[in-house]
Amino acid sequence: MEEENQPSKEEVQEVVKEEKKLEKIEPQEEYVYKQVKSLIFSVLSPKMIKKMASAKIVTPELYDREGYPVDGGLMDIRLGVIDPGLRCKTCGSKLKECVGHFGYIELARPIIHVNFVPVILKLLRSTCRECGRALVSKTKAEKVVDAVEGEEEEVAEKKKAHKSVSAAGIAKCPHCKARQQKVTLDKPTTFMEAERRISPIDIRARLEKIPDEDLSLFGLNSTSIRPEWEVLTVMPIPPVTMRPSITLESGERSEDDLTHKLGDIVRINQRLFENINAGAPEIIIEDLWDLLQYHITTFFDNSLPQLPPARHRSGQPLKTISERIKSKEGRIRHNLAGKRTNFSARTVISPDPMLELNDVGVPREIAMKLTIPERVNEWNTAFLKKFIQNGPEIYPGANYIIRPDGKKKKITDETKESALEELQPGYVVERHLMDGDVAIFNRQPSLHRMSMMCHRVRVLPGRTLRLNSAICNPYNADFDGDEMNLHIPQTEEARAEAEILMEVQTQLISPRYGLSVIGCVQDAISGNYILTKNLTVSRGEAIDLLMAVGITNFSRLPKKEMVTGKEVFSVVIPEDFSFKDEHATIEDGKLIEGVMDRNLLGEGSGLLLRTIHKKYGKDFSIDFLGKIFRLGIEVLFRKGFSTGISDTDLPENGKNEIKQSLDDAYEEVKGLIEMYQNNKLDSFPGKTLRETLELRILEVLNKARNKTGEIVSNTARQDSHTMIMAKSGARGNLLNLAQMAACVGQQAMRGKRIDNGFNQRTLSMFKKGDLSPVARGFIRNGFKTGLTPAEFFFGSMTGRDSLMDTALRTPKSGYLYRRLANAMQDLRAEYDGTIRDSSRKIVQFSYGEDGIDVSKSENGKINVKRIISNIV
Amino acid sequence: MSMYTEYSTKLPKKIIDEVKESVPENISDSKLKKVLDECVREFENSQVEAGEAVGLVSAESIGEPGTQMTLNTFHFAGVAEMNVTMGLPRIIEILDGRKSLTTPMMEIYLKKPYNKGDNNIRKLALAIKGNRLRDIVSEISIDIADNSLKIVLSKDKMREIELTEATVLKTLQKSVKNYNVKMEGVEISLKAKSKETTLNDLYKMKEKVKTVHMSGVKGVTQVLPVKRDDEYIIITAGSNLKDILEMEEVDATRTTTNDIFEIEGVLGIEAARKAIIDEVFKVIESQGLNVDVRHIMLVADTMCTSGVVRGITRYGIVSQKSSVLARASFETPIKHIIQASLIGEVDNLNSVVENVMINQPVPIGTGLPKLRIKRQK
Repeated sequence: MEEENQPSKEEVQEVVKEEKKLEKIEPQEEYVYKQVKSLIFSVLSPKMIKKMASAKIVTPELYDREGYPVDGGLMDIRLGVIDPGLRCKTCGSKLKECVGHFGYIELARPIIHVNFVPVILKLLRSTCRECGRALVSKTKAEKVVDAVEGEEEEVAEKKKAHKSVSAAGIAKCPHCKARQQKVTLDKPTTFMEAERRISPIDIRARLEKIPDEDLSLFGLNSTSIRPEWEVLTVMPIPPVTMRPSITLESGERSEDDLTHKLGDIVRINQRLFENINAGAPEIIIEDLWDLLQYHITTFFDNSLPQLPPARHRSGQPLKTISERIKSKEGRIRHNLAGKRTNFSARTVISPDPMLELNDVGVPREIAMKLTIPERVNEWNTAFLKKFIQNGPEIYPGANYIIRPDGKKKKITDETKESALEELQPGYVVERHLMDGDVAIFNRQPSLHRMSMMCHRVRVLPGRTLRLNSAICNPYNADFDGDEMNLHIPQTEEARAEAEILMEVQTQLISPRYGLSVIGCVQDAISGNYILTKNLTVSRGEAIDLLMAVGITNFSRLPKKEMVTGKEVFSVVIPEDFSFKDEHATIEDGKLIEGVMDRNLLGEGSGLLLRTIHKKYGKDFSIDFLGKIFRLGIEVLFRKGFSTGISDTDLPENGKNEIKQSLDDAYEEVKGLIEMYQNNKLDSFPGKTLRETLELRILEVLNKARNKTGEIVSNTARQDSHTMIMAKSGARGNLLNLAQMAACVGQQAMRGKRIDNGFNQRTLSMFKKGDLSPVARGFIRNGFKTGLTPAEFFFGSMTGRDSLMDTALRTPKSGYLYRRLANAMQDLRAEYDGTIRDSSRKIVQFSYGEDGIDVSKSENGKINVKRIISNIV
Repeated sequence: MSMYTEYSTKLPKKIIDEVKESVPENISDSKLKKVLDECVREFENSQVEAGEAVGLVSAESIGEPGTQMTLNTFHFAGVAEMNVTMGLPRIIEILDGRKSLTTPMMEIYLKKPYNKGDNNIRKLALAIKGNRLRDIVSEISIDIADNSLKIVLSKDKMREIELTEATVLKTLQKSVKNYNVKMEGVEISLKAKSKETTLNDLYKMKEKVKTVHMSGVKGVTQVLPVKRDDEYIIITAGSNLKDILEMEEVDATRTTTNDIFEIEGVLGIEAARKAIIDEVFKVIESQGLNVDVRHIMLVADTMCTSGVVRGITRYGIVSQKSSVLARASFETPIKHIIQASLIGEVDNLNSVVENVMINQPVPIGTGLPKLRIKRQK
């Protein structure tokens, strides 16, 4: 954190220091481990500013004629170097080695630091203007001190105590009996006392008078701050390394915003000096003083509401220190809490059902750029030499070798020979990515920990990253152009953690609800549904099917001419597996009853997958999942599966029935409206007559739509593929089918039928005050027959509304998530089973009252029934 | 039976109860022991491991389905239901620790004799409903000549809630100061005591007098008797737990409100914690999402550990963190850094973000255990 221009200083305490020697050969490398134990925040004193400065800045000029930095200018090379070739005058290091050094300027007149204005105001208001003591009686002061000094007291309590000190309205100093006057703040930086301005010189003088003992009454720590430091007399100049200039294509230099601002400050400061020395009239001096105050204020914070922001010549506001730190793009959230890494790749993803679930297909091009450092030892020298031999251009090659002293050498055709020669144990070879290496795969938004999982690399031709479509679920990925990221862990520790803690099979059970997050989706469900419903295939076909899935042992397939789909499916189930719930019965590895659908195989539903995981472990279940998934798809490969408009065809009697039921509903609504108009309707308690009517109408229409849904599901062809998808839960539901075939139904906005738009009507084609279903957004037609213009319009109204809903929801829920994560990120389970926060305060005595980890439970519980049925 | 007591220290009560319930009656002791032992084994196997970042897991578990929740949910199929905020806005409202809710609501359960029968319920409900003057007037007018307000009461509405003109007069006299309240024929007149009352003051008074509480429970704006299972309960819009619980007919053990701060005030912090859990869980369930209660419990516990309900905002829990950098990395970093420098605050780098910032291992998960080795000379 070199970024320290707030007059607050962080002292880094080096505590743990450990030296370690690594290699026997060429022990030139020395590792020093240091750990930062704590950071202390305090305010820089003028003395400290001068002490840590390596140059005094006296001129606003930056470069001389030759383009060389001016001594005593803002780009002084004592402040660090940003030009290649130059050496820093302070530390003698080159570009990138020198971290930069602070300078300072002497201000002609004291200037108030904006960020301390509230504190200064408080101090001025509640200390005596004559003697500088706090305007509190002795007894009260003691009370406050007592409250503050109680060690274990809460921060809030302390704040309260400090607040009680602010003594507005005390007219006389209890110590020296001097009369007090009211101090007001004229924002942003002018202090007034009885209509007269207090000059920063006087403010500083007053703050100087406050004794150290009284500081603790205001919550200030006398070891870290003296109040007069809040009024600047010298100002630190940040090192050039944090405000580098960029050279444009034209060879022109473009300075950083901070440099611009500092230039203003130094220039005005010099003018002020000159004018004071020349004995200029007071008005001119005051004006310059105010200008200097403005420049320094905007140097610290350029987004104050009371001040016009300082701008570039182009008119865009300067980004000064506060803006650099603040907000999502600021230093803290963008650079410190979030970091970028090397050894990563990003590209479009595409599916590959032939990959294992924990594989990731990496394009060869990427595999040749991402490397893994492998340390040479006696046994792998020959192996690694092969990579060097290939060089960076031929696939299983290597890009760099690293000598034990840390020197990195690029492998090229020229250096290849010498690299091969010098290679010996202790060297590190950065070789290309190969099959079986571990990589971390990630898709944004990374909302839960399953968004970053560890995969095994499979180097493949092509230019996309590939994954098995079964694991789209945890990533929430699809293939409509999604991109994903790949990271290659570079140390043994990182690889070990990735493999043991992050690999796909370790993440199978969701920590959110304790069920499998990976299951069959879409075609895989349809396929298994068709297979287990009532399919019979010849034994040959069954073997073909199972072979495609990857099963070679067919001893469990019944030796019959024709086998049922259930028997085929049973081959995949382990032999000693029994399971029973309301959807299916499996006994000793045989599917006795039930059809495989979404309830059993889907992600996050049903205990079937969870039970298999519990009984056979993660590696078996990932393999099992892969097999069922492939089985489903292979069935469809052989059967064919597509949908068409004809799936929504209804028989004549069904159409009539639907028409009848809708007509009935229309009649009923008509009756209701008549009753309403004749005031014969009984109102519901707490509702007006009109509201009651709306509710009743909605009820009738909903009932009618539901009925059409029923009719459709009863009369439509049961073996159509749309129906199969809806029934198995693979995609869509019966409602969608009904909307296509028969009736879309009521369009509702905010829980009400569509109203408004025009005066007393929804569209100009209706009569005023028309309450009929048609005029209020009931869509009677289905998507197949087509919508009338009015219906279409209503449909697009609700469509737009739901688009808006999604657009508004995403940032809202994102912010909620950020707050939750920030508030709870340091809660952890301790060795004693308690949940504590970072200050070791107990939040829960036992996690979730029984200490059960959800990701080890079965849907949040211990499955007592399973245990009993296993034993009894 | 003694078998169960033997295990009561090893297993949570919930699991023992479930075993009791689902075990066949004629089970032999040895088999029962086997079952219980197996339960203990599984229970112990599924305990959280030390260092597990349970907080983050909970945040993920609630944050991730947040994107799937709908923004505006309204009950709309059910006929006479109250309109309650649900979905994401409700969750945000609870976790923010907001003092005023968009839709405060109570579910009032009644004691035995009162919870049957349709007729009495209606009466009781009407008695609970808070009536303000505006609910019972038919007209309020300003008499400019006389510098007074004239109020005409609606007899019908008053009869319905059994209010007499005399009591209305009395309450008005009590609550309106600086005005002479008198009965003048059918209307009540309010005349200012001081002569300097302007027309503007009268207008203000007119608005103020409309909200004067006349009868029933303050704050309850709507009542709805509903049959739930085989008893009648009263659902109200508007909430006033304290006054309702004092009523004789009310079953205080089951009556609840959705206003967490009211629960905290009336029943205490433990009840508030439970209320947060119930309310959040209700929303998540109504959206058809599956989130384990444990996560919600942890959120509720972090909100309540300090003894008062604190929202998950920069003014709430986050402001209580001990680390400067952790606070600064959330919101308003400048404010926190300045404040820290004044106090001379020390950041001991105990939590996660600070260590991320300075590139050190975080004290969570695999960063928790420390290894101590003898240094080789």
